[in-house]
Amino acid sequence: MLHLAFGQASETSARIVSMDLSAVRAAEGVVAVFTAADIPGENNTGPVRHDETMLADGEVVFPGQPLFLVAATSQRSARKAARLGKVVYEKRPAAVSIAEARKAGSRIEETQRMARGDCAAALAAAPQRISGEFAMGGQDHFYLEGHICVATPGEDGQLHLLCSTQHPSEVQHLVANLLNLSSADVTVEVRRLGGGFGGKETQATGFAAAAALVAAKTGRPAKFRVDRDDDMILTGKRHEFEVAYQVGFDAAGQILALSLHLASRCGASQDLSPAINDRAMFHVDNCYFLPDVEIVSERLKTNTVSATAFRGFGGPQGMLAIERIIDHVAIALGKEPLEVRVANLYGPGRDVTPYGMMVSDNIAPALIARLRSDTNYDARVRAIEVSNAASPVIKRGIALTPVKFGISFTTTHLNQAGALVHLYADGSIQLNHGGTEMGQGLYVKVAQIVADVFAVPLTQVRVTATRTDKVPNTSATAASSGADLNGMAAHNAAMTIRERLAAFLARLYGCRQGDVAFSLEGVTAGEERMTFAEAARKAHIGRISLSATGFYATPGIQYDRAAHRGRPFYYFAYGAAVSEVAIDTLTGEHRVLAVDILHDVGRSLNPLIDKGQIEGGFLQGQGWLTTEDLVFDHEGRLLTHSPATYKIPTASDRAKHFVVNLWDGENIEPTINRSKAVGEPPFMLAISVFSALNRAIAAAAPDGREMAQLDAPATPERVMAAIAQFASP
Amino acid sequence: MTVRFLLNEHACELTEFDPGTTLLDYLRYSCRRTGTKEGCAEGDCGACTVLVGAPSNGQIQWRAVNSCIQFLPMLHGKAVRTVESLSADGRLNRVQACMAANGASQCGFCTPGIVMSLQGKAIGALGCDLPVADMLSGNLCRCTGYGPIIEAGEQVQTRVLDEAPLAARLSTIGEGGTKGEWRGQAWFAPRTSHELAILLADHPQAVMVAGATDVGVWVTKGLRDLGEVIFLGDVADLSEIDEGPSNLRLGGAVRYAEAHGPMARLHPDLGELVRRIGGLQVRSAATVGGNIANGSPIGDGPPGLIALGAQLTLRSLSGRRTIPLDSFFLDYGKQDRRAGEFVESISIPRPQPEDVIHIAKLSRRFDSDISAVCGAIKLTLDQGLIVDARVAFGGMAATPRRARGCEAALIGAPFSEATLAFAAEALRADFAPLSDVRGSARYRLDAAAMLLRRLWLREQGAGISVLQVEAVDG
Repeated sequence: MLHLAFGQASETSARIVSMDLSAVRAAEGVVAVFTAADIPGENNTGPVRHDETMLADGEVVFPGQPLFLVAATSQRSARKAARLGKVVYEKRPAAVSIAEARKAGSRIEETQRMARGDCAAALAAAPQRISGEFAMGGQDHFYLEGHICVATPGEDGQLHLLCSTQHPSEVQHLVANLLNLSSADVTVEVRRLGGGFGGKETQATGFAAAAALVAAKTGRPAKFRVDRDDDMILTGKRHEFEVAYQVGFDAAGQILALSLHLASRCGASQDLSPAINDRAMFHVDNCYFLPDVEIVSERLKTNTVSATAFRGFGGPQGMLAIERIIDHVAIALGKEPLEVRVANLYGPGRDVTPYGMMVSDNIAPALIARLRSDTNYDARVRAIEVSNAASPVIKRGIALTPVKFGISFTTTHLNQAGALVHLYADGSIQLNHGGTEMGQGLYVKVAQIVADVFAVPLTQVRVTATRTDKVPNTSATAASSGADLNGMAAHNAAMTIRERLAAFLARLYGCRQGDVAFSLEGVTAGEERMTFAEAARKAHIGRISLSATGFYATPGIQYDRAAHRGRPFYYFAYGAAVSEVAIDTLTGEHRVLAVDILHDVGRSLNPLIDKGQIEGGFLQGQGWLTTEDLVFDHEGRLLTHSPATYKIPTASDRAKHFVVNLWDGENIEPTINRSKAVGEPPFMLAISVFSALNRAIAAAAPDGREMAQLDAPATPERVMAAIAQFASP
Repeated sequence: MTVRFLLNEHACELTEFDPGTTLLDYLRYSCRRTGTKEGCAEGDCGACTVLVGAPSNGQIQWRAVNSCIQFLPMLHGKAVRTVESLSADGRLNRVQACMAANGASQCGFCTPGIVMSLQGKAIGALGCDLPVADMLSGNLCRCTGYGPIIEAGEQVQTRVLDEAPLAARLSTIGEGGTKGEWRGQAWFAPRTSHELAILLADHPQAVMVAGATDVGVWVTKGLRDLGEVIFLGDVADLSEIDEGPSNLRLGGAVRYAEAHGPMARLHPDLGELVRRIGGLQVRSAATVGGNIANGSPIGDGPPGLIALGAQLTLRSLSGRRTIPLDSFFLDYGKQDRRAGEFVESISIPRPQPEDVIHIAKLSRRFDSDISAVCGAIKLTLDQGLIVDARVAFGGMAATPRRARGCEAALIGAPFSEATLAFAAEALRADFAPLSDVRGSARYRLDAAAMLLRRLWLREQGAGISVLQVEAVDG
């Protein structure tokens, strides 16, 4: 087995004048060294636009970019050798920040605009107007398992890749293209991922392609297991955003007009940035009706590692913007923020989104009211006011914020899935589908669906590793869609076999097909009773095909991206959270004290799994907004590239009081078992923490009526600086 | 010339090997025991947690440690338990069963490490009496949000077994320490301070490794080779703790997790500080002496110890000398340690009832983080006057350092809000901190000054920590 490491660029933006790799080749344990010139096919790892190299070809566009590839007998030898390259650069101008890229006119695509009505006129006519701006940082996925891929050469130039990716088909297609092979020559297998969160949707390709190249060139198996620091430097993160707004509203806090400008740092290549920034625009409304609205979204191309998918996919950034605007309106009016939220909710006659989709499943008002009363929100607001008045140092804050999250890939053609089900003659069932398991419980959920179709215990269903040679042309396991799409595809496959069984048994025993029944006690066909295994055996003897594929494509969705209008989502998932926090006004230290969540998963496929997604998503969101501070230097180098400096939440950061309840309801759309997707929406429930912190900070203002400047994440330093604004006007 | 230890009861004997090989690499690459995972290779995530047991008073003292930054020679005479040791006949053990029943594993990558930390609780490992969330502060999970893990951990009960036979076996195989050579460089793992003194006299350039939580990262991240090295974590007479009536004396190789209780008894702020140094796995390896000897400007141990007036005893073959701890730190990366010397002990005077003390760590995350600022203030009062003041900070200069201007502003002044405000201003002239990823220079100065105000408010009963606040009743 060969072990791999990339030689990485030390410059931010440069032409490569020369690379002297003699010391690399001579280093202990090194078997081979490859550069862009060794790639037989297209040197590309960009998923949509082909604008990303696996190994730099003459130019460096971000610091840390892979320049050459070392294959050695151990990982340590490969890593040591990779540091020995002598590269001569000719520096070029760089744009690292959003402001620098804007000044240089550097964008990954045209600035997009989503609008309704006459925003300027409505702003001018509004009784009250405020404006503001703030910024939010990105986020590293920090999946506990870093990127890893093992490539094994097969016969006739074929390759097998065992890979930690959310998108096996894309790895297959890009690797084939890079090696001048056909897709049929490359098989990608994914048993499970040690966490993904979007970080392995497009980002696995570079490592997989490197392993594949080495396996193809040397004829030896090659493993690329990337060191944590290198993983954090080499792979994309959540987009950081800058937000500027002008909002007009009435005395009740009802928004009449909103002009919103979003700017994001997309990094050096396009990756999925267009769709991510689109989703930010789609979620600027959250649960609120915005009558006259203009959302402008600027997508800046910078000399930093390309930003990528991360749980919520732009949704959190759009949603944090509107929730902060609402907090600002509430402070400006001196009103309870929850009253302002309620005043702006979608409702009858106010039920069309800025992109023209009808909100027909709106449960937000009822869900919010229920959570408000269950958590004694209003009494706690009063208790906190009393407590704050008597407490000069510690100030508390509380907030209830809702979530409405659109479910479907906004790139419509991705909303499809396939499955393959085998029933063996002994009655055992093998299930395969295009979705990947990364801890979200997808394999269990889909296995349950198949077990239910045949009315057999879950233990009778074996889920096999996701493989591109079993189910082809799959979409990424992303957009929270895993269970919706693959569950339905597996259901369809299982139903095909069940119907074949029923038709066969009806013929065999001379009953109607409708008189064949499957239950945990076994199968009945008219008066005949048999075990499920006996039924399978009889069907096999009767020469019935017991293997079937299933397919599903989400109905009813369409979107006109040029006009930013249509129905991009099949349905919405809802939720709300109440968070209570305390801050130390001397040091800015803060703590989340209590969290209550009411979340909508439709009719749950598995409450334990769904609650796990909700809790985990919330805490990941809390990390994004509090402790997870990505620090880049002025050259675009990531300084916080390890858990020593990049701080995701620990066990004690979870609030001691943490209650999750599922909303009792079902999807109005005919999804699998009327369930709803759960992967991403709960992440945004943590916006309640940021809002509560804002309220605690405001409590430190002399009149409690000031909106402090506060960027995310709200580190102790930023909270302390926000409070200091009140002291020195 | 060998290292002998028990891996899941199986005897391992190594002769030719790089002493810089980590236990994790040995487990994964040499033994194919891949249940132990690498998440970060620097001791911050806990995915590689294993239990290491050593004989102690005829029984076994178990410690949960990060195998990614433990070197093989450190295991001489010890027992190592990995996650593979837990289940017999394919049945989950009680910790694993608790985890599974609570739905405490999602992607599963952190799970073996968390299971081993909780197994530490089950068998009475060092730190097993900590609240579960504290015990797991060195185990990161990115999926679950920790709720089900904490629930599982609370269901795990500690049951200490009689392990005298194992202790006897280990004492035999580890007796007398060991040494070896790799590519012409010698390494040693002595068992007595006298041996250590002799070795250092002969090898004054050798790297000294106690818990390896710092040096480990030189190897895994800096990709350095250790060269000549002396492992001193198991020098028995450097591991003694003496809780005397007027002083707490800690041997140079006492681990933080062992010192936690005695230091908390010295002053609760010191105990709280130790609780927040690294995760339990780091504190179960890292030594108080190493935290001093490496001279880090952001080590959390020194400021509090300096403020409390700790004395450092250095020893070499030619004798001992005892110096005030603050005089040990000369400049960035430069300590007053002469050739052949090692840290023999730290002696901390017990505070008097009339002392006012505040020790605080400010970091982005409460647990398992490195301080932006670590401050310690000790005021000695006599009839309302401050007769002595010791103020020390970490993270504010190239070394842990006293704030002399601030101290001068305090000494002789009445203990009052005005005095502390004046001293806080004086503090700003004492330091010119850097801006880095942990905090800006301005934040460091402002927050450091606030610690004086917090000390005052605390004395008035108003300055409680945000960590002690409970949610309001609704």
